[in-house]
Amino acid sequence: MNASLNIRPRPRRARNGAAAWVLALFVSAALAEPPPLGGSATPEEAAHLLNRIAFGPRPGDLERVEREGVNRYIDQQLYPEKIALPNELVQRLASLSDANQTAGQLVGEFRAGQRLAKRDGEEGKEKRKEMIRELVEQSAEARLASAVDSPRQLEEVLVDFWYNHFNVFSGKGLDRVLVANYERDAIRPYVLGHFRDLLGATAHHPAMLFYLDNWLSTVAGYQGAGGGPLAKASGLNENYARELMELHTLGVDGGYSQKDVTELARMLTGWTFDPRDNQSDAVFRFDDKRHDWGEKTWLGYHVAPRGQAEGDWALDVLAASPITARHISYELAQYFVSDDPPDALVKRMTERYLATRGDLRAVMYVMLKSREFQVDGLSKPKFKTPFEYVVSALRASGVEVVNPRPLLGVLNQLGEPLYGCQTPDGYKNTETAWLNPDAMTRRIDFATVVAAGRLPVDVPAENVQGGGPVMRRNGAPIDADQLLVTLGPIISDKTRATVESSNPQLRAALVLGSPDFMGR
Amino acid sequence: MQRRQFAGLMALSAGSLLLPLSKSAFAAVSDAPVNSPPRRLVVVFMRGAVDGLSIVVPYSDRNYYTARSTIAIARPGQDGGAIDLDGRFGLNPALSMMMPLWQSQRLAFVAAAGSPDATRSHFDAQDYMESGTPGRKGTPDGWMNRLLGVTPVAPGEAPSPMRAVAIGPTLPRIYAGPISVSNLPNGAAAGRATVLDRPAIGGAFAQMYQGDDKLSRAYQDAQSSHREIMASLDTSASKDPSADNGAPLPNGFPGDAARLATLMRNDARVQLGFMAVGGWDTHANQGNAKGQLATRLSQLGEGLMALCQGLGATLNDTTVVVVSEFGRTVRQNGNGGTDHGHGNVMWVMGGPVAGGRVYGQWPGLEDNHLYEGRDVAVTTDFRTVLGEVAERGLLLPDDRLSKVFPEAPTANRLKIMRA
Repeated sequence: MNASLNIRPRPRRARNGAAAWVLALFVSAALAEPPPLGGSATPEEAAHLLNRIAFGPRPGDLERVEREGVNRYIDQQLYPEKIALPNELVQRLASLSDANQTAGQLVGEFRAGQRLAKRDGEEGKEKRKEMIRELVEQSAEARLASAVDSPRQLEEVLVDFWYNHFNVFSGKGLDRVLVANYERDAIRPYVLGHFRDLLGATAHHPAMLFYLDNWLSTVAGYQGAGGGPLAKASGLNENYARELMELHTLGVDGGYSQKDVTELARMLTGWTFDPRDNQSDAVFRFDDKRHDWGEKTWLGYHVAPRGQAEGDWALDVLAASPITARHISYELAQYFVSDDPPDALVKRMTERYLATRGDLRAVMYVMLKSREFQVDGLSKPKFKTPFEYVVSALRASGVEVVNPRPLLGVLNQLGEPLYGCQTPDGYKNTETAWLNPDAMTRRIDFATVVAAGRLPVDVPAENVQGGGPVMRRNGAPIDADQLLVTLGPIISDKTRATVESSNPQLRAALVLGSPDFMGR
Repeated sequence: MQRRQFAGLMALSAGSLLLPLSKSAFAAVSDAPVNSPPRRLVVVFMRGAVDGLSIVVPYSDRNYYTARSTIAIARPGQDGGAIDLDGRFGLNPALSMMMPLWQSQRLAFVAAAGSPDATRSHFDAQDYMESGTPGRKGTPDGWMNRLLGVTPVAPGEAPSPMRAVAIGPTLPRIYAGPISVSNLPNGAAAGRATVLDRPAIGGAFAQMYQGDDKLSRAYQDAQSSHREIMASLDTSASKDPSADNGAPLPNGFPGDAARLATLMRNDARVQLGFMAVGGWDTHANQGNAKGQLATRLSQLGEGLMALCQGLGATLNDTTVVVVSEFGRTVRQNGNGGTDHGHGNVMWVMGGPVAGGRVYGQWPGLEDNHLYEGRDVAVTTDFRTVLGEVAERGLLLPDDRLSKVFPEAPTANRLKIMRA
């Protein structure tokens, strides 16, 4: 049998009717699957897969997926750890030394910068700025290089999805230096793991503790010693507790009350980190003196005082909730299948989530093997987000990204600065959110510059005049014929006719700026 | 350098602003066009729930000072104290640049305004305020698009996506709907040429996007207005160069506000404008007359003044409304900040406004008067304010108002607009 069997969870206990129904569905779906060895996909199916579970095809990708077949490609992508990374990418990521530090080191560096700025005045401030700029750029380079070059494309797509789900804004103080570490340590390792682990990792990471202020939340009347905001904190801050239920787990209509928000905030008091203590790499700490040791009533439960265990238990409850299961399933289906995802699919995903205690790989499996994804999704493209648009254009063009600066500028212009969503809901991925008149102009502008080879992304920043997003005059233009081969059925016959009837110098720009390429 | 020039310009304008708005100036501009000038509306949305109690400060309510031991704005006359408005309320001193507007009765506030819906979710609350239907999630369109649908096109103009303009790379929910609108990028890019201005490139893409699908329509809307926008924003060709003195405009909110104003002044088709400004979710260390919130408020004030000043005489026919999705807790939290609350202050500015007053019934901040024991209660529905603005500011007939705000309350009118 095919590899997909591996990810079916072992039966733990007697299945309920719904789970058996899901299993039956698998069996019937299996009948439609191509033979496990030497399967094949139509060009349309291959293009659809590469558009949805990858950031679009690179040269040669279409033929490869056509050869391998739909299910083989999905099964491979569901186990990214089994896909080898190319040496070049591994070395490049390793060379981004700043971005590879531990959270503790990064916090220490940020504080050292602050001291420098205080001590050396303007000069120190400049140095600090430079330090942070370098770090932010290295983080961006790592994210963009992986998104463009990694063969573990589903993992990259999921990092984008889950980062937005658990969004942290890099513009807020300390988080400027922590977002990449947060992505690497709290998001990436869990995107195909259990939701509870992902939730726990984000909840404990200093980037989240800082962003949504929980690090400062204490029992009423707490008196700290010394200086700084941590010492001055005295009382509850409900910011994280609210978004934890509203955005991360139950969803806004999840049936909780204001009282539940406040009580959960009390349960999470003492979950903090000390930016002044750069000895420890784990950074998170539970401070029992800041914790509210009173009794609580939350979501109808009576909660006896148990210190940190109260918060950990709350995460258990939230992750296991059927309301969370539905919320997460809906969001995944919206991202991968349709802006308005079909109820029946969301229901099956929800059931799978509950039957596997939130195994995201199993939930993804149900979705990716569904008729709604594989067949119905073919005829209904999603409108790309700016990040998807930019990354897919670079992949299709076969451009190597060495200098991320021009891309960061483009993402700013298109309204999706990398790590730059200020609000905790993260960037949306629907057409309503991104399609507008100015977006069309800006995307076409970008397409034209990329197609002409004028975006200096493939040379190191230090070789670019001014280092910024300066458009150069002489780059190697993208070969339109090659581009059309790479994209195959993604570019419709109608668009091809327009492209072929136009000035050869404009053809690649027309392909990348076409309505077909704006969808995925 | 540019910043300093701009700051100097703003300082100058604070005094001169009184002039074009005085009655004599009103008479002076009215002899230009024969028919009445088009009415306009600009909505500025403060996303993130601004702490209205730090904007219009209820300094005469002693509970305010009890609830906020370190973040209250002091009483007028004290160090860092509020600027007295009416003996009950005072303005945050970070917004002192707004006082000329207040004094010339072009600025009013509505205290304790907000949504009847109880949500403390930023995203739901913004959604409700933009759909204009609190508590209803299914509403497909935004109230400003519905407003566009029932407002006649400006006299002598043809329908165009330029009737409604938003600043920013995405379209706000408030504009969602069947009628085409335009958006401009933030910053100076708004007035610059794009590759599509080159005939060969523009022609090729026009052929590709000639259809009637959504993407083609968005493309066509952008192209149909782009040249006019460039012309309107070209300061060298400005019809009224005194308004911006030809100075380069800074980026950020004040610059965008000034650009919107220039566009509206130069393009008579523009009836509605929308801008959003974020960063108000002050859960920690919000400060008082100084600090995080005050810094942002002064940028906001600078931008609003840039908008009003840039509109020039057009401000006589323009109403500017400033809203935020809900207010913040009356009591400060454990971190010198405030959490999500309920009632908030709304601002209404411009020529058609009966300004110089704080409107609305003040519910008081005694514990037993607080909404759910923690927030400012809502005594004026936000749709009441917006309805009066539409009716009197945009001269919208009564019977059409219900199309814009179905189910809006009709009682407790404020009479915030001039008769």
